[in-house]
Amino acid sequence: MLRYVVQRLGGSLLVLWVIVTLAFFLMRLAPGGPFDLERTLPLDVQKNIAHKYHLDEPLLTQYLRYISDIAMHGDLGPSYKYADRSVNDFIADGLPITLQLGTLALTFALVFGLTFGIVAALRHNTAWDYVAMGLAIAGVSIPNFVVGPLLQYLFGLKLGWVPIAGWDTPSAVLLPSLTLGVVYAASIARLARGGMLEVLGQDYIRTARAKGLRERVIIVRHMLRGGLLPVISYLGPAVAFLLSGSLVVEKIFNIPGLGRHFVQSALNRDYTVTLGMVIFFSGLILACNLCVDLLYLLIDPRVREATR
Amino acid sequence: MTLSDVSQARAHTEETGLDLDHTHLESGTSLWRDAWYRLRRNRLAAWSFSLVSVLALVALLAPWIVPYPFDAIDFTRIGQAPSLAHWFGTDDLGRDLLTRTVHGLRISFAVGMIATCVSLCIGVLWGSIAGFVGGTLDALMMRVVDVMYSLPYMFFVIILMTIFGRNILILFLALGAVQWLTMARIVRGQVLSLRHKEFVEGAQSVGCTRRRIIVRHLIPNTLGPVIIYTTLTIPRIILEEAFLSFLGLGVQAPMASLGSLTSDGAQAMEIYPWLLIAPSLVLALLLLSLNFLGDGLRDALDPRMHKG
Repeated sequence: MLRYVVQRLGGSLLVLWVIVTLAFFLMRLAPGGPFDLERTLPLDVQKNIAHKYHLDEPLLTQYLRYISDIAMHGDLGPSYKYADRSVNDFIADGLPITLQLGTLALTFALVFGLTFGIVAALRHNTAWDYVAMGLAIAGVSIPNFVVGPLLQYLFGLKLGWVPIAGWDTPSAVLLPSLTLGVVYAASIARLARGGMLEVLGQDYIRTARAKGLRERVIIVRHMLRGGLLPVISYLGPAVAFLLSGSLVVEKIFNIPGLGRHFVQSALNRDYTVTLGMVIFFSGLILACNLCVDLLYLLIDPRVREATR
Repeated sequence: MTLSDVSQARAHTEETGLDLDHTHLESGTSLWRDAWYRLRRNRLAAWSFSLVSVLALVALLAPWIVPYPFDAIDFTRIGQAPSLAHWFGTDDLGRDLLTRTVHGLRISFAVGMIATCVSLCIGVLWGSIAGFVGGTLDALMMRVVDVMYSLPYMFFVIILMTIFGRNILILFLALGAVQWLTMARIVRGQVLSLRHKEFVEGAQSVGCTRRRIIVRHLIPNTLGPVIIYTTLTIPRIILEEAFLSFLGLGVQAPMASLGSLTSDGAQAMEIYPWLLIAPSLVLALLLLSLNFLGDGLRDALDPRMHKG
């Protein structure tokens, strides 16, 4: 089992290295330098700037410097657009807010998704099931950048119940979390229903019934454990989707989180910030996937057996 | 039930001329007529099919049927509510929103088709080569797919758009180039499972050439899953284009895409709410019906998947 953990860790580090390398060389493919302005600077000034940011060194040296800065100090480099800010500053600024948003959205998605999914499975082929799954399909298909502005319009502008933007009051967090969570609630509902239905017909459930266990015990102790495995394996990728979803939601509700900084840097063509954030996002996603795989190991004895 | 199981069953069906699942059908009924029959019986999928066809037709004929040029600015008609002359109203520059929405629809269909073709070409080629050749090359190629799977590809598309400018062709290609991984896996799995089947052996024993075996026996059997996955890829790519355009990183003004129209509408909804409602509803409707159609097609082509 330890071998499996080490293997997975090594694999993740390898992928992270691929991402850093790919990102770095993509950045160097960009036409024009990062300091091309409308007016041309004197040659000396250009040279000094290039020297300050080590752009006058051979490409390989620059690459090794970039890698070692990340690996040794966790330093993702300076911003080329804002001379006094580093990529790490941007991340330190936005991360707490994006984490709050993500956690709230995920909590919302788990509560609603699991409830809907489990009820739909237990009341299979009844009106409950059809309504829950109809809602789920709509939730999966309708993008959050359509849901967000419509909610804003309805609850913020027309009804005036909550502020339409910002992140400073408790009521302001409601709509963004809801908007971000809807897609995941819908996916989780579908996965939970599918997983539960698969378990429903298994022999061990019949055994549990034959033993005369109460229905509630069967559901909680036997069905949920096997039936919710698909949901757990979805949580890893869901974090990646939550991050890309937060780009949109932070734009809609004007929330100063990571996603906002990321989109802004992409629009400003602030290459180092864009790339630094992609690397940071990737690291976060890989870490989450790793955690989910290890969690699987704890929950599913079959997986544990296979890694022996 | 995996896709390969299903196609094995289908392969068996085609070889023996017996349809094990559907005894009500004549033994001579082709797979496609059978699937078409089932698709029409699924009412939701049939409605979605009609709606998608109408939208596609409108998008195709857009330049001839829309009443105004898509970038015609008319300062005498700024911000008009929906009327007989302008069914969806006009925007803050006096442009006809119906025209712009139809043009956005056109871009959505174009990106869906082109990017899906790109992903189809790469995926089918990659998967069938890996499956056919096997051995070390197969392991290597699939390892590449595994590594790419864990990349946050949406962020890489954003990097590409940042670096190479917001060129619509690059957008189309980039979206397709990151969507081929699942297709490659599906095709490889199919080819692997079919390569050693009796009907291939049989064809070999009666002296069929390799080419004939591939074209007449293997490809028709991989087609079902490929079509199913393709129809599910189209809405995903349309969604991604809209996502990027919403962030301002996709289609650029004066061209309009459903994503950028929704973004503009979200900004102007306080004064001109119809600017938000029309394009976002069209987008939601398009995605919803494409997803229903994809699900319906999956059930129609994989009748055994629906059981249980």
